[in-house]
Amino acid sequence: MEKFEFPLLIVHWMNLILGPIAVPFQKLIGHPLVADAHGNVIPPFMVMVILVVLGWTLLGLFIKSRLSVENPGKLQIILEDAVSGLVSMLEQWLGPQGRAYLPLIGTLGAFIISCNYLGLFPGFMSPTTSINVTVGCAITTWTFYHLNGFRVQGVFNYLKHFAFPPGVPAFLAPLMLVIETISHLSRVLSLSLRLFGNIFGEDLVIAILAFLSPWWLPIFPLPMMLLGLITGGLQAFIFVLLSIIYLQGATHVEHADDHGGPNHGSEHGTHGHEHGDARDMANMATV
Amino acid sequence: MSKRSVFGLMVAVAAVFVASPVFAQEAAGAAAKAGDVVAQWSIITAGFALAIAAGLGALGQGKAIASAAEGIARNPSAAGEIRGVLILGLVLIESLSIYVLLISLILFFLKPFGG
Repeated sequence: MEKFEFPLLIVHWMNLILGPIAVPFQKLIGHPLVADAHGNVIPPFMVMVILVVLGWTLLGLFIKSRLSVENPGKLQIILEDAVSGLVSMLEQWLGPQGRAYLPLIGTLGAFIISCNYLGLFPGFMSPTTSINVTVGCAITTWTFYHLNGFRVQGVFNYLKHFAFPPGVPAFLAPLMLVIETISHLSRVLSLSLRLFGNIFGEDLVIAILAFLSPWWLPIFPLPMMLLGLITGGLQAFIFVLLSIIYLQGATHVEHADDHGGPNHGSEHGTHGHEHGDARDMANMATV
Repeated sequence: MSKRSVFGLMVAVAAVFVASPVFAQEAAGAAAKAGDVVAQWSIITAGFALAIAAGLGALGQGKAIASAAEGIARNPSAAGEIRGVLILGLVLIESLSIYVLLISLILFFLKPFGG
């Protein structure tokens, strides 16, 4: 993979500026100083993360200074649409209190989508092509939904659901405990590897096609970059959607009369099936 | 979808190119060590694994999309809900192919078995 990597100019500049600050800090926390092949102390993905965070901070400060109710600018309208779309998605999955989770979920979405799109600009790379960034995002989400599960359901009630999920007979508790633990742990793996694999594969294909094209006509990767526009947004959306679904699974409060177990569940299922059938029949009749 | 297919094809072609001088060497009579054989086969396996994963993943996604299109044609008012479920399902199918892609990339570039 090393032959597809080039020293990026912005990484070099960033290391010239921030390197002298980073070196004493790394010594202070006792972390061994490792410079890469190009002599950079700050790895490229970290530089890109710093750029993304700086960019969003500056954009936020800029937008905040000129927010207006009577005469909103184009950028304000776009951002308001994005936020209201996210809020409606949160409320659709999590109910009326879903808006409370907007800060973290929205930040994750904005961070990941800008990380994905940053790699399409020449001279930059996607920070999400580094597994460190995606695992960081996944662990943040994972910790967040578990903490909210504890907060909403209470520590004991939340832990109880691992061994005794509603609708499962009690004698299966040891089996369910193992299965649930594995499934929750694998969420970190799947969240991080999905994002990493998509963006990394995308960038690798772009790099390979760029190598295949002649130097005077470097247009071969353009279709793949067009696909990258779709994939980058879609993967950020998927990360946000899965975070919301996990949050819903953790904060969904069971009703007190829901301990009926399988009986209640099957009753509910049959009802839903009947309802679906009725709707189906009505539609077929209409057709 | 085509992204992974094209990439799988390229990895397979590259595996053939990598493998052919190896077979030529063996035909020339050079005694290959056991570790070398494992390394060669790991490269070939990477290509075939990605091809199989892309093909079967495409089959699964095709079934999902066909059902979703049928559902939307039958009941256009449910298009929004069906689309949401479809995207979620497609992503969960796709992530399986992505895992294979990562394993293939590890076999192909990091070469844990030497070679």
